[in-house]
Amino acid sequence: MSTQIERERESETETESEADAVTELPSAQEARMRKKAEARADREERAREEAQERADAEDSYHLKVFRYDPEVEGKMEPRFDDFHVPYESGMTVLDALIYARDTFDSSLTFRHSCRQAICGSDALFVNGSQRLGCKTQLSDLDQPVRIEPLPHSEVEKDLVVDMEHFYDQMESVEPYFQTNDLPEGELEEQRQTPENREKVKMSTRCIWCGACMSSCNIAAGDNEYLGPAAINKAYRFAMDEREGEDMKQHRLNIIEQEHGVWRCQTQFSCTNVCPKDIPLTEHIQELKREAVKSNLKFW
Amino acid sequence: MSIYEHDVIVVGAGGAGLRAAIAAQEEGADVAIVSKLHPVRSHTGAAEGGINAALRDGDSWQDHAYDTMKGSDYLADAPAVETLCTESPKETIQLEHWGMAFSRDDDGRVSQRPFGGLSFPRTTYAGAETGHQLLHTMYQQLVKRGIKVYDEWHVMDLAVTDEEHPEERTCHGVVGYDIQQGEVAGFRARDGVIVATGGLGQVFDHTTNAVANTGDGVAMAYRAGVPIEDMEFVQFHPTTLPSTGVLITEGVRGEGGILYNEESERFMFEYGYASNDGELASRDVVARAELTEVNEGRGVDDEYVHLDMRHLGEERIIDRLENIVHLSEDFEGVDPLEEPMPVKPGQHYAMGGIETDENGETCIAGLYAAGECACASVHGSNRLGGNALPELIIFGARAGRHAAGGDVDEAEIPTGKRGEYEPGEVDTPVEPGAVASTDAVADGSGERAADGGVTAETGDGSPSDVLERAVERQRTRIEWLLNKDDGIQHAEIRSDVQQSMTANVNVFREEEGLKQSLRDIREAREAYRDVFVKDPSRTFNTDLVQTLETRNVLDLAEAITLGALAREEFRGAHWRAEFQERRDEDWLKHTMLSWNDGTPELWYRPVLLEGESKEYEPKVRSY
Ligand SMILES: Cc1cc2nc3c(=O)[nH]c(=O)nc-3n(C[C@H](O)[C@H](O)[C@H](O)COP(=O)(O)OP(=O)(O)OC[C@H]3O[C@@H](n4cnc5c(N)ncnc54)[C@H](O)[C@@H]3O)c2cc1C
Ligand code: SF4
Ligand code: FES
Repeated sequence: MSTQIERERESETETESEADAVTELPSAQEARMRKKAEARADREERAREEAQERADAEDSYHLKVFRYDPEVEGKMEPRFDDFHVPYESGMTVLDALIYARDTFDSSLTFRHSCRQAICGSDALFVNGSQRLGCKTQLSDLDQPVRIEPLPHSEVEKDLVVDMEHFYDQMESVEPYFQTNDLPEGELEEQRQTPENREKVKMSTRCIWCGACMSSCNIAAGDNEYLGPAAINKAYRFAMDEREGEDMKQHRLNIIEQEHGVWRCQTQFSCTNVCPKDIPLTEHIQELKREAVKSNLKFW
Repeated sequence: MSIYEHDVIVVGAGGAGLRAAIAAQEEGADVAIVSKLHPVRSHTGAAEGGINAALRDGDSWQDHAYDTMKGSDYLADAPAVETLCTESPKETIQLEHWGMAFSRDDDGRVSQRPFGGLSFPRTTYAGAETGHQLLHTMYQQLVKRGIKVYDEWHVMDLAVTDEEHPEERTCHGVVGYDIQQGEVAGFRARDGVIVATGGLGQVFDHTTNAVANTGDGVAMAYRAGVPIEDMEFVQFHPTTLPSTGVLITEGVRGEGGILYNEESERFMFEYGYASNDGELASRDVVARAELTEVNEGRGVDDEYVHLDMRHLGEERIIDRLENIVHLSEDFEGVDPLEEPMPVKPGQHYAMGGIETDENGETCIAGLYAAGECACASVHGSNRLGGNALPELIIFGARAGRHAAGGDVDEAEIPTGKRGEYEPGEVDTPVEPGAVASTDAVADGSGERAADGGVTAETGDGSPSDVLERAVERQRTRIEWLLNKDDGIQHAEIRSDVQQSMTANVNVFREEEGLKQSLRDIREAREAYRDVFVKDPSRTFNTDLVQTLETRNVLDLAEAITLGALAREEFRGAHWRAEFQERRDEDWLKHTMLSWNDGTPELWYRPVLLEGESKEYEPKVRSY
């Protein structure tokens, strides 16, 4: 209690308004709250200072992060904020963002979940190319590290973009297994050769991150273009021998549409950015060849 | 007030939630999923190893059941285990019929491989990405069927009536917060709500789980009155990368990888932790050995040990363990062909969870749970690798069918305070549970009467009334959090609790440490009364969502610690310094916790070892 009074006295001399508050004899509750708030402010300040000191003293990384919020004063105009994050070995871009958010600014917003390149949430534009934040080591990057939302997508807030269009394209290619001859028995499996499984393997690795679509010039110019990920999805099923020939024909028809495979100009940007190393351009080319073959057959 | 209405509402879109939704729809229900992540972002995608299913000649569901009961250290319930093992072949082949890209043998059949604790190589897999393939295969079925998904909606609460006994209550829906738009809305479920929210790894500061795995469903069900079961049983994986928690598969040690301490001693042998098995000892033995090394000052950087596979040679490593090379490089910045990988134990899996029977039903009418958030129980005190994925699809399907009104056999496992049970007692240094009724708003926990919850006096008690009131309560809570412009931020509270849990409630548990954690959690609860959200935005406010999650982390941290303090024995994943034996005379029983509107109550239910045709006799566990 005595320290409490001490503090109140001190504050009396500081500013008028605070002195007023004191003369009103705060209730025990208010006094407690205030003490807590002060202690907390001290603690927060200390934590921030410490972080800053560490950032200055040690190896630290300088991030420049894109900020935007459609409804918050001061953030409606897009801007870049600087963060200095103390470096620890093994630190990724995502780790650095989490550190910046939890230490400096809790409103810093980005999608993330798995931290291991499997949920596909954190495709970002880092130093000018599409990368997963969690799969990018800071030590591989030049400073300042510029972190922006995926280009060619609508920004919702900070690093979060609207994924709806990407999802729509993915879902437009009938992205589900279909066959006309499923085994009768519930314990009877369809056979698939290990070679055929190997053939579709890379195409099944897609994590829907959207990096490829964001990197593609054609997609940027033609909003209806299916895009590399959706075409790869079609490839995944068209090449799966379990679906059968009829279904393959049906799938080729889908990707041959006006905004399908023939739009691709083999620039390889998608293949270069894909974090799962899927040979997207190759898959698109192969579908083109398959389509030509089957057109000749029917002709 | 927006209210969306469906027959069945599934909360969560991982393996369990997707399977549940498909099954409910097949029964003719109008079903919708509400999920805080888009389905393909769920953590089921991270599972690597495989799915256990007795598919082959020479194998049988009985053997699978025997292995599972043994692995559980006799704390799993036989009816649930037998359900898992009899239905796994059918459900696994169902995935194949949906096109899942399983690895194949030369004859074109799905491949199976050996896994720890299994008497037959029955783990069906798809390369090192079984979970990813399973998740995407099921999401494809969802798209095909046109099942509605409300994605990026964070479920905050269950709309449950407030009769005195949970066994008399009914669940009518859930309250969701639209992360993109900032709206609070009600989801009315005419027939049932299925909770499938996954793991709770974020209770600890080092975990293989995703950032989104905050155990929301377990905490919500607990606060609504459903007992939570065997929470103290948490599996730790011995080889995770220190900076992220990314899992390095047992396969590295299986292929001959060696563990070294800072002095380059092969400690598994040199310090006698497992003189026969060495690096191949079971998960918990290796995890404890590593931590002992660190605690005794022989850890590298006082934090981890080294896992070295360089001697295997580049060719063999690339052939068998290529993905490990990538994981280590990408997430730790270490090239394992050049240097040893740093590894340490990390939280991996929660065996406990929402009490259900083998049909996925809880003691509250209309409320179901499936997947990692549920406890039927099939894992008892320790989960066998490859048994979680089949659990998702089997119990997900059963819950979905049941909620949609399909035919189900009557359950043998009792739920709630029905059948046999006994009261429990635990000596705690501080009162567990809600801090006082004043935190009802910050909590939104439905201290039901205290914050204007649904009572006979205040509403007509109809399903829509129950839901609307629940929505109102959560809306008040959101406004309160957003309007408060001073206080403590959730990140600090969360990180204090996580650190305390990792220090005291990990693979080593001592009475004093457990008590310390209870004190820390109490302090965190006090602090949480003063929590505020700094970001004022209604658009994609992750500060707000994480603040809501942190409340769940607190309830679960406390439940885990209470269970750990109460259980005076060493069983499965639960080790106690003071009690170094499995004590079957006293402890063949499940730890149950009821929230009781804020004053947690401990009780026990006997484990069911009686199977369909045999009794599973507890055998000594040998290391
Ligand atoms: C690295 C790793 C490897 C593994 N390997 C294997 C293996 O080889 N074999 C095996 O059998 N098991 C394995 N497991 C365990 C297994 O993968 C998990 O137990 C299982 O995938 C959990 O699935 P789920 O459907 O219960 O939850 P999740 O897949 O985690 O899904 C949870 C869902 O709930 C949603 N959700 C959560 N909270 C809310 C909320 N408040 N509101 C709305 N939605 C919410 C999320 O958005 C998500 O969609 C592994 C686990 C890990 C972490
Ligand atoms: S193809 Fe590659 S880049 Fe494109 S969405 Fe899939 S994983 Fe991402
Ligand atoms: S956080 Fe999941 S892909 Fe990066």
